Amino acid sequence: MSRKTLIPIGPYHPLQEEPELFKLYCDGEIVMDIKWETGYNHRGIEKLSESKSYDQVFFLVERICGICSTSHPFAFANAVEEIVGVEITDRTKYIRSIIGELERIHSHLLWVGLAGHFLGYNTLFMWAWKYREPVLDLFEMITGNRNSYAMFKVGGVRRDIENSKIPAIRKVMAVMRKKLDLLTGAVMDDPVIHARTKGVGILTRQDILDYGAVGPTARASGVDIDVRRDDPYAAYPLVNWKVITAQAGDVFAKVEVRLLEMYESASIIEQCIDALEKMKEGDIALKINEIPQGIGTGRAEAPRGEVFHFVVSDGSNSPARHKIRAPSYTNIATFKKSCIGQTIADATISLAAVDPCYCCTERMAAAYDNSSGKKILNASELIELSMKRTSELRKSGAGHE
Amino acid sequence: MDTEAAINKLTEKFSDDTVKVELQNGRRAIVTIRPTAIPAISEYLYKSEGYRFIIASALHTRRGFEIYYHFSFDADGSILSLHVILDREKPHIESLSNMFSASNWIEREMHELFGIDFLHHPNQEKLLSEGNWADDVYPYRKEFK
Repeated sequence: MSRKTLIPIGPYHPLQEEPELFKLYCDGEIVMDIKWETGYNHRGIEKLSESKSYDQVFFLVERICGICSTSHPFAFANAVEEIVGVEITDRTKYIRSIIGELERIHSHLLWVGLAGHFLGYNTLFMWAWKYREPVLDLFEMITGNRNSYAMFKVGGVRRDIENSKIPAIRKVMAVMRKKLDLLTGAVMDDPVIHARTKGVGILTRQDILDYGAVGPTARASGVDIDVRRDDPYAAYPLVNWKVITAQAGDVFAKVEVRLLEMYESASIIEQCIDALEKMKEGDIALKINEIPQGIGTGRAEAPRGEVFHFVVSDGSNSPARHKIRAPSYTNIATFKKSCIGQTIADATISLAAVDPCYCCTERMAAAYDNSSGKKILNASELIELSMKRTSELRKSGAGHE
Repeated sequence: MDTEAAINKLTEKFSDDTVKVELQNGRRAIVTIRPTAIPAISEYLYKSEGYRFIIASALHTRRGFEIYYHFSFDADGSILSLHVILDREKPHIESLSNMFSASNWIEREMHELFGIDFLHHPNQEKLLSEGNWADDVYPYRKEFK
């Protein structure tokens, strides 16, 4: 019997922006088995949630993930509104969907960039992250924050998207479509990307059903599921769009699904802003005084797949139990199928292909001058500067060529 | 098939094991069943009816330990939750991980956080706090006066 070499990836590794330990057991170049250790960042959010009021829980669950930071409040709002039994206003539905889809675009662009980086195609990384910036500018213009937007509350949203901001959104989407054409061309026609991703990390339809994988990971293997269509919420049943699927189940299929999904997101956003323009401003929240006793299940389609929130209310002002299932929880387990039998180099892109959830939103608290070591700006000055930039963005409009 | 018809079919087939049925707003249902019936009913949902296992949620209440097994029927967007109430002193239930891998991690997590035993689980090790937390101390358990 041959001896196996253990190659660790993590807990802190340039490939993973979050701590997670993958142990690859290799025979020469070939991965024979994979084991993982998680929990380095376990924050006990489900337990914490039981000690917060419903309004505070939104801010808490928003911090589960820095990239898809709106998907958790989205699912939580759906769950709590199911307990209360309210139907939110149409304007709220459109605003929620706009935020959800802008997030999908920025998250998929971030992933396309990272995938390029893992393959050694750093030009793609630079492009994708550059074109992601105007989307973050839009977020800053609409919500005041690049990430963690604090837009949701029970029965509505906290801020309106005024009609004056709509032309800026429309302009960014128009530019985005051109940039998506460029990116899609660069990826779909590149022989090196084909060679590195086609037939690599294949997940069959049966693997997906066995592991309960969701999102682009499932759709790239021909499993046609999308909560936005299957269990409709917000404005998704009110606009025209289609669920993108592919059949091959390899890394290339996952790239393809994500790239094409961004076009659908742009189309959803454009239809939503058209609808918003025709409505009266300001009708964005219902007054909800108390959350009755009951059980609510809420789902939302995050960029990585279905987010599931289960809330038990005992009639008090905080949840009695709050169970959260993020999409990576089921998607990461599929590594057992996608990585074994591959070379180490292919295993890394297979690991990255499900887009395991990273956090990219740390902000500095102070700026220092490199040469003298003196503090130039402190935290409150930085916040002031950031607010100034937000107000300038709101005046001049987001987006640049 | 609408949710109500699906639930009727289930309760007819497993009439001896069904304790209570609650329907909410057309697309959500909670069916309380006897814990011993979980493998048979899950197998029926997963293999015959095409349900997808989403996740399981454990709770510690005055009644004992409760688990909701959430299944999604993606063709019509409904969620069926199988609800079981387990023993207060030595909570245990048959594992589903030999049927589908989707329940492997969550059963390990529930074992780690609530101390619920999953019989015949292929590998009931800690998922989150290996080496960082005392054995036999379960952080999500509550103390009732």
